[in-house]
Amino acid sequence: MKSTRREFLATAGAGAAAMLTGCKKPRPRFSGSILGPALAAGHRMRDGSFPPPTETIEAGVAIVGGGIAGLAAAHQLDKKGARDFLLLELERDPGGNAACGRNAVSAYPWGAHYVPLPNDEATEVLALFEELGITRGRDANGAPIYHEEYLCADPMERLFDAGRWQEGLLPQLGIGPDDRRQYERFFAEMETFRQTLGADGRHAFAIPLDESSRDEALLALDQATMAAWMTKRGFTSKPLRWHVDYCCRDDYGAGMENISAWAGVHYFAARRGRAANADHDAVVTWPEGNGWLARRLAEPLGQRVRGGCVVFNLEQNNSGVAVDFFDLARQRSVRLRARGVVCAAPRFVAQRIVRGLAPVTGLEYSPWMVANVTLALLPAGRGAPLAWDNVVRGSASLGYVVATHQNLHPVPHETVLTHYWPLDASAPPEERQRALTRTHADWCDLIVADLARVHPGIDAHIRNLDVWLWGHGMVRPVPGFIWGETRQRMQPPHGAIVFAHSDMSGISIFEEAFTRGTRAADSLLALIS
Amino acid sequence: MTERGLRLLLLASVFTIATCGLIYELIAGTIASYLLGDSVLQFSTVIGVYLFAMGIGSWLSRYVEKNLLGVFIQVEFLIALFGGSAAAVLFGLFAHVSSFRVLLYAIVLLIGTLVGLEIPLLLRILKDRLQFKDLISKVFTFDYIGALLASLLFPLVLVPHFGLARSGFLFGILNGGVGLVALWALWDQVPRARLLRINGVAVLALLACGFVFSERIVSWSEAAAFGEDVIFSKSTPYQRITLTRHADDLRLYLNGNLQFSARDEYRYHEALVHPGLARLPHARRVLVLGGGDGLAVREILRYPHLESVTLVDLDPAMTRLFSTQEVLTRLNHSAFASSKVHVVNADAFTWLKDNREMFDFIVADFPDPSNFSIGKLYTTAFYQRARTALAQEGAMVIQCTSPFVAPKSFWCIDETLRACGLVTEPYHAYVPSFGEWGFILASPRALGGPWRLPPGLRFLEEKNVASLREFPPDMARVPTEVNRLNNQALVRYFEAEWARYTHQ
Ligand SMILES: Cc1cc2nc3c(=O)[nH]c(=O)nc-3n(C[C@H](O)[C@H](O)[C@H](O)COP(=O)(O)OP(=O)(O)OC[C@H]3O[C@@H](n4cnc5c(N)ncnc54)[C@H](O)[C@@H]3O)c2cc1C
Repeated sequence: MKSTRREFLATAGAGAAAMLTGCKKPRPRFSGSILGPALAAGHRMRDGSFPPPTETIEAGVAIVGGGIAGLAAAHQLDKKGARDFLLLELERDPGGNAACGRNAVSAYPWGAHYVPLPNDEATEVLALFEELGITRGRDANGAPIYHEEYLCADPMERLFDAGRWQEGLLPQLGIGPDDRRQYERFFAEMETFRQTLGADGRHAFAIPLDESSRDEALLALDQATMAAWMTKRGFTSKPLRWHVDYCCRDDYGAGMENISAWAGVHYFAARRGRAANADHDAVVTWPEGNGWLARRLAEPLGQRVRGGCVVFNLEQNNSGVAVDFFDLARQRSVRLRARGVVCAAPRFVAQRIVRGLAPVTGLEYSPWMVANVTLALLPAGRGAPLAWDNVVRGSASLGYVVATHQNLHPVPHETVLTHYWPLDASAPPEERQRALTRTHADWCDLIVADLARVHPGIDAHIRNLDVWLWGHGMVRPVPGFIWGETRQRMQPPHGAIVFAHSDMSGISIFEEAFTRGTRAADSLLALIS
Repeated sequence: MTERGLRLLLLASVFTIATCGLIYELIAGTIASYLLGDSVLQFSTVIGVYLFAMGIGSWLSRYVEKNLLGVFIQVEFLIALFGGSAAAVLFGLFAHVSSFRVLLYAIVLLIGTLVGLEIPLLLRILKDRLQFKDLISKVFTFDYIGALLASLLFPLVLVPHFGLARSGFLFGILNGGVGLVALWALWDQVPRARLLRINGVAVLALLACGFVFSERIVSWSEAAAFGEDVIFSKSTPYQRITLTRHADDLRLYLNGNLQFSARDEYRYHEALVHPGLARLPHARRVLVLGGGDGLAVREILRYPHLESVTLVDLDPAMTRLFSTQEVLTRLNHSAFASSKVHVVNADAFTWLKDNREMFDFIVADFPDPSNFSIGKLYTTAFYQRARTALAQEGAMVIQCTSPFVAPKSFWCIDETLRACGLVTEPYHAYVPSFGEWGFILASPRALGGPWRLPPGLRFLEEKNVASLREFPPDMARVPTEVNRLNNQALVRYFEAEWARYTHQ
C-alpha cells in the first residue's frame, strides 16, 4: 500500500515530537486531507475579485451549477432537442452535493448517497429511473420493477444501543411498555398523515413538495418546531424522540428543535413509493451514492458540461443574459452570451451573482462534515451484522454507511466507510467558523474517537481518512420557511434567468432537485421561444 | 554410580529407545496414509523403508570406532530432534512442497538410520559389562517390550489424546531425556561432555516449545473440535480450509462446515450432476460455479461428448490444493488436469456479469446460505445473471441445503428460481454424512427426455431416479418469500431453521 511509508514517517515524526514535548502518548496520524468544495473560488466570488472577461462565447442557454438540479435541466434541454447549451460548474466534476470519490478499494459518496422509492407523483424522477435502467417496466399493478442490484441490499440498517447492534434504527432494547405504546401511536399518526388528503384533494404531504395540499390546517404545522409538536402530542418517550431527532438530522442536517413540524412529519408521511420487488421503505443506492446518478446524467452531455468555471456575474440585457465566469484552468474570465439561463446554484450564491436580484432573508443552511475512512478490515461488533447504514445512539455523528455494501463480491477484505456528521451543535455560522479552523488531525481525532466507541482499536486498521466540509450542505426547513414568504419569493424567474435548486423546496432531496431542474428547463424554453 | 546402577540405566534406555523408535515409525506410517491415502500401501512402504534404514544404521555403526558413548548420546539427541518433530514438519510442509513423498521418505530414511545406530552402539557399550548371552537376551527383551508398549500406547492413548504432532514431540522429549540422563551418569567417561549437554538442552527446549505450541502448528484446537485429525489447515483471504482424516475417511471443512466426506461424497456429487446432465445429450459446454474440490467436475467428465468444462471458484488455494495433492486428486480423478477443464479463480457473480459465453449445463455448488455474502449467490439477481449464460435448451442445478432440516430454505430457493421464470424440478438424495440433501434443477423449458446415465455410478441408476423427486410430507413444499438481494429472506430462514435443529 502506497501510504504505509508516509504513515510510517508520520508516526515516527509524531513519536519524536511527543518525546520532545515530554512523552505524551503520540496521537495516531492518518494519511488523507481536507477536501473541497472549492473554498478559495467561493470566497473570491464573494469578494468580487475576478478579472473582467477578455473573451466572449455564445450558447442558446447557460446553466449555472452542475448539481442534480443543473444536470436535470441539461438533461431536459437535451431531451427537448434544445442542444445548444453550456453548463458551468465551479468544481472540476459535476454532482454538487451528490459528489463522489474513488480509491483502490471502492467508490464512495461525499454527500447524497441514496434515493427512496419515488412517489407516483414524482413523474420526472420515475421517467429518469426507467431511462437509466433503475426500473424495468411495471408489474400488473403498475408498480415499477426495480433493478435488484441497485436496491439497497439486506441488511440495510442497524443501530448500536445498550451495548450491542440491533436491526433497524428504532431502539428496541430496554424499551418499556409506554415507549412501545408511543411508538405504535406515533407511527399510526404518521400513517394517517400519509393517507390524508387536504381539503383541496391533494396529498397532505407529497414529493415534489409543491404538490402537497395547501389546506390551512396542515400548513399550520409549519409554524412550530417538530420538538414542540411532539411534546404537544404527548410523545415524550426518550427512544422515540431520539429516533425522530435522528431522522431530522439525517434529512435536514438539524434536529427536531430546529426544524418545523411540517418538515418533520413530511419525512415520515410523504413516502408512498412502490416497487414490484421490494418493500415500500426500500431505497436505491450505489457504492458512490448519488454520484452514480450524477455521472449517468452528465456522461451523455460530453463537452457541454464544463467544470472548473466559477460564475461570478449574471446580467440581464436586451439580447439576453451575459454570464461571466472565471475559468480556473486557464486563469481568465470569459463572457458567455445566452438567450436564457437556468441558475442552478444555491440561492445564497445566486443573490450574490445575479445583478438586480433582491436578496431574501431567513435562509439557513446546515453545515456538514463527511469523511471517507478506508479500512483494512470490515467492522463487526456484537449483535446484528454489519449493515449498509450503521448508526450509534448517543453519538453526535449519524454513524457510517458502508460504501462496499452494494458490492456483489462476497468477501471484500477492505472497505470504505462514509462517516456523516451534521454540524448542528450550535448556530450554523458559528459551526462553519469552527469547522474551518480545525486541521486534518483535529478531524481525525474526532472521527476516530466517534468510531472507536463502537469499534475499539479501529484506528489500527485505518489506511486513509479524507474529510469534506460542506459549509452550506442543506437548506434548513426552519419553522415558517417552507410555507412562508421567503420561499415564495425565491420562485419567480428574474428576466430570462430561471432558478432551480433544492433550497427552493426547503428540503434538500434528490427528487426536489431533479424535478426543479427539469421543470426550470421547460419554463425557460417557454420563456425564450 | 555403581556398575549395577549403570547397567540398569542403560537397559532402561533400551526400553525407552525401543518405544520411541516404534512410535516414530507408527507416526510416519499414519501420516503417510492420512496424507497420501491408501493406508495398507503407505504403512507397508513406510515400515519397509524404515526397517531398511535401520539396517543402514546398523551397518554404519561399524565405522564408529572411538568415543562410543559420546556418539551414542549425540545420536539420541538427533533422533529426538528429527523423530520428535517429524509429524509437525510433515503436516506443516504438506501443502507447500511439490513432492510430498520425497520429503516423507527422506525423513523416514533419516530417522530409521539413526534408530538403526542405537542398538548396535548400545550393545557395544554394554558388551564389557555383561556376558554375551545375558547381553543379547536383556537388550532384546527390553527392545520388544518397548515395542509392545508403543504399539498399545499409540492407538489407545497418544493419537486420541495428543494427536500426531504432539505425540511426536512428547516422545522426542523422552528420547532426548535418555541422552541427557546417560550423559549425566557417565559424565567423566564422555569427552566434550559440556558441548554435548548444550546440544541436548537445546534440542529438548525446541521440542518442548513444539509440544506447547503445536496447537498453532497443526491447529490442535481444531483437531479437538473436529474430533478428527487435521491434516491440512489454512486460512485464505476467503475462508478457512481444513482437511481431516479419521480412519479411512477424509473430510473437507470450509469455515468449520463439512463440505464432503470421502466415504459418501459420491452420493452427493452423482445426485448433483447426473439428474440434469444425463438428460442433456446435446450438451457440449458446462459451467461449474463454486465446487473448487473438483468432485462435481469428476462426475461431469463421465460424459465423453462434452467439449469444455469451465469452473469458477473464488479461492485459488482450493483449486490449487485439489489439483496438486495426491490424496485429493485421487478423489477427484485429477479432474483439473483434463484438457477440457478450465479453472477460473473469480467471484461467480462478478464473473457472470462479464461473461459472454453460453453453457448447456450450469452447476451452482456454493456453500450453504449461512451469511449475507453467500446469500447473494441464491438471489433472483444471481439467477437472472446465470440465466443469461444458459442456453435455451439447457439446465442449471443448485445445491439447496437440507429440505428435511430447512424446508423453508429449500422451498425458498425453488420459489426464487420460479420468480425468475424458470421451470424447476426439486429433488433430494440421502447422503449419510449430511443427511437428507436437496437439489433443484431449473431450466427455461421443462426437461423431458430419457435418462442416459454414464457407466460406473455407485448411487444413481435409472430405476431409482424417480424416487428422488418424491417429497414425503415432512419435506413437502411450504409457502415462502422470494429471495432477493434487498430482503435476503433465505439467510433468515436458514439461520432460524438450522439454529432450531442444532440446538435441540
Ligand atoms: C452530506 C449530505 C448528504 C446528503 N444526502 C442525501 C441523500 O442521501 N439523498 C438525497 O436525496 N439527498 C441528499 N442530500 C441532499 C442533496 O443536497 C440533494 O439530493 C441534491 O444533490 C441537491 O442538488 P442541487 O442541484 O439542488 O444542489 P447542489 O448540489 O448544491 O448543486 C449546486 C451546484 O452549483 C455549483 N455552484 C455553486 N456556485 C457556483 C458558481 N458560482 N458557479 C458555478 N457553479 C456553482 C455547486 O458547485 C454545485 O455543484 C445530501 C446533502 C448533503 C450535504
